[in-house]
Amino acid sequence: MKIKAKVKKDITKVKMLIKHPMETGRRKDQDGNVIPGLYITEVSASHNSQPVFYAEVGQAVSKDPYMAFSFKGGMSGDKVSITWIDSSGATGKGEAAIK
Amino acid sequence: MSVSGKDMTMSRRGFLGDLFKGAACIAAATSLPRLAFAAWNEKAFKAETLEGALNGKYPGLEMVDSTAVKLKAPAIAENGAVVPVSVKTDLPDVKTISLFVEKNPSPLAATFHLTSVNVADVSIRIRMGETSNLIAVVESGGKLHRVQQEVKVTIGGCGG
Repeated sequence: MKIKAKVKKDITKVKMLIKHPMETGRRKDQDGNVIPGLYITEVSASHNSQPVFYAEVGQAVSKDPYMAFSFKGGMSGDKVSITWIDSSGATGKGEAAIK
Repeated sequence: MSVSGKDMTMSRRGFLGDLFKGAACIAAATSLPRLAFAAWNEKAFKAETLEGALNGKYPGLEMVDSTAVKLKAPAIAENGAVVPVSVKTDLPDVKTISLFVEKNPSPLAATFHLTSVNVADVSIRIRMGETSNLIAVVESGGKLHRVQQEVKVTIGGCGG
């Protein structure tokens, strides 16, 4: 996962790029078999162990999801961590320092 | 001593749904002790119509068209698989921001939950199966504020 967090006038903008196939469950392979759905359902972020973002997402989110959000109170050097869970229950995690 | 009517009429779907919820709770409790994932709104995400998705997500809330919500999306998306969308608003006390694509097989694309630490400014890349209205709904002050825009899609993004 790629995370970029930048603070400007007390507002920290966080951009993330999560590597995930985001299979909708509607696509078919070459033999015409339906590829089972596998997509991220929830993403949450915290700053100094305080939650700063939570999103529920569905199949309509693009492959390798990109999301961005902003919050107040972040300082340069603070850590922002992001966790996701997908429809199979698999999870992923990433962390970045605010610039 | 009688079996309640509710049990008698319990549908297979309802029963499976309950099982599913239970499993989700256990999964959330065991795998992620630190960051609590709230409940993924299965009803709203699995809805196949815009109305169904809206009612599943925001039951009983009044909706008004708003100019205070800024929705940024391309007028023409060459590739429906990747449509960049941003939603911004100066409305106070924003609780959630949701994005719906009217003609997608499942219209609800995403819901962002915000708190007082957030600035109501979110971006995401979504899929659009065909040319459709894109609707952003902001929940603020106990009301839904809606803005919509048509996005023309040249190549659909839902696979076939």
